[in-house]
Amino acid sequence: MVRPTEVEVGEDKAPVLEPGHSFESITDKISNIVLKRPVHLGWVAGFFVSFMVMQGLLLGMTVLFVKGVGEWGVNIPIGWGFAIVNFVWWIGIGHAGTLISAILLLLRQSWRNSINRFAEAMTLFAVAQAGMFPLLHLGRPWVFYWLFPYPNTMGYWPNFRSPLVWDVFAVSTYFTISLVFWFIGLIPDLATLRDRTDNSFIRFTYGLLSMGWRGSARHWARYETAYLLLAGLATPLVLSVHTVVSFDFAIGIVPGWHTTIFPPYFVAGAIYSGFAMVLVLAIPIRRFYNVKDFITDRHLENSAMIMLATGLIVAYGYGMEAFMNWYSGNPYENFLRWNRLHGPYAPWYWLLLFCNIFLPQILWIRRIRTNSIWLFLISLDVLVGMWLERFIIVVVSLHRDFLTSSWGMYYPTRWDWAVFMGTLGMFCALMFLFVRLLPMISMFELSTLLPEAEVKPE
Amino acid sequence: MITEPIFGMMAEFDTPTDIVVAARRTSEAGYKKIDAYSPFPIEELAEAIGFHHNGVALITLIGGLLGLFGGFMLQWWVNTISYPINIGGRPPNSWPAFIPVTFEMTILFAGLSAVFGMLVLNGLPMPYHPVFNVPRFERATQDKFFLIIFSSDARYDTIHTRAFLEGLGAKSISEVPS
Repeated sequence: MVRPTEVEVGEDKAPVLEPGHSFESITDKISNIVLKRPVHLGWVAGFFVSFMVMQGLLLGMTVLFVKGVGEWGVNIPIGWGFAIVNFVWWIGIGHAGTLISAILLLLRQSWRNSINRFAEAMTLFAVAQAGMFPLLHLGRPWVFYWLFPYPNTMGYWPNFRSPLVWDVFAVSTYFTISLVFWFIGLIPDLATLRDRTDNSFIRFTYGLLSMGWRGSARHWARYETAYLLLAGLATPLVLSVHTVVSFDFAIGIVPGWHTTIFPPYFVAGAIYSGFAMVLVLAIPIRRFYNVKDFITDRHLENSAMIMLATGLIVAYGYGMEAFMNWYSGNPYENFLRWNRLHGPYAPWYWLLLFCNIFLPQILWIRRIRTNSIWLFLISLDVLVGMWLERFIIVVVSLHRDFLTSSWGMYYPTRWDWAVFMGTLGMFCALMFLFVRLLPMISMFELSTLLPEAEVKPE
Repeated sequence: MITEPIFGMMAEFDTPTDIVVAARRTSEAGYKKIDAYSPFPIEELAEAIGFHHNGVALITLIGGLLGLFGGFMLQWWVNTISYPINIGGRPPNSWPAFIPVTFEMTILFAGLSAVFGMLVLNGLPMPYHPVFNVPRFERATQDKFFLIIFSSDARYDTIHTRAFLEGLGAKSISEVPS
């Protein structure tokens, strides 16, 4: 576990954990949000609205299953519309959660201890949204299990040379590992909830989920080993997932897709949008649940700096893409560059550059990085920008390829929008449930940040 | 009169330093069958009760290797023996194309082995355990630290063990019924 010794407080930096807390006060404050806090009207209203928006997904799925994929705006030449755009966007958002929980753990960044829990929940819920899109897009979604290698009466096997099959393995592994990582992180805290409640039903439920955890030193030793190993495994996994997602494009020969820069540039973009989502969630949560002493301005500022850094990597990616279009001397690649800047979707490309490259540069200013309202707005802007980036990659590349006779335009239908908005609703509804039913901040990991958690030499 | 069998003697401490010192002294005094409980991981505590190695890493390694070879062999067998088809003129065993799936299977099997290996070695899930009989023990997952000497220890003796734990500066001491 990250030791408290390296929580140094700089001259003008906000602390990672506000002073004055003890083991008892940390446990009290976080578990009382779940066990004691009454349900407020704001939560009910927020959950209700999200739940209603989620119905768009159910309606959109019903229409899709009854009438077929033609209800969406996809058609040749643009066979990959919103479904793939949303898939890549959602899975990218998930990556920040794994980065916080695994990579920052390995790098001994102790500030992660107060935001890893809900960032992991965010990962799980975002990957769940992402996973739906390729399945809905299958055309015959009821036979989705044909994607998995299993002995079958048809005597066939999946094509393991296809990036789309790699995707199946990458995304399902990512979801599984994220789920177990999140769950074993929860076990000690579920035991705390079990021991703090007077209600026998709540005690039974959390008792069942915590599997009888009793905090034995032997158990902790094995637990710590498993947790560290999982972090070590999740780190290459998260990089591989978006790499494989970028292979979906890069293995194809379409101009704008067939580039070697895609894997690193996709991973950076994923972390960029993921941290934007972390901020979009953390800022209201710490305000409404009054946990500003655990999620301090330091966390916001650090997240903003990661956003700035990954945003610059993304900017480099855009620059290098345009440069290689020109430097390759390939007329189709050159035309793609012209088409992005001046073609029918040019306004969206310019908006993308504004959202992802120009506006976030104000994060260089310290006052903006520590202002939660500005950060919230910039994060929303980055989320929009990163969605546009995937739209540009998918649609603009496909709509005008090698033969002018096969050019076309893509117009999303209302069912495209209903499904997309519905996943936003489902994501928010799950987050609303999560903050009320589970400890949103890891109590045991936060406790290790206290100075008294350190064992003094005899 | 039938007396209930005793599971052990439990002492409560306030700080991580206290429990680690107490656990160390208990080991040094010759008690072998002991355990300690804390609300968060304390590396020194496992050392103090004489628990130095755990098998989780080995299980994870075995799981990872299983995923590595299983994942690759599945693809090799499918593409060369069971269902060889010519895709873009690639050879049946076009191993570079099998790397992504092999990699993911390695991570999947290693990760699940780490989690389930940890749970199985810990004997979880175990909803009931005698230590839960101590009313104060509910603080073990919150803010207090506990040390237990099991009654199965050769040196266990109701009177002497209690006196020994008192000498360690325990905040409270209770017998744990099994």
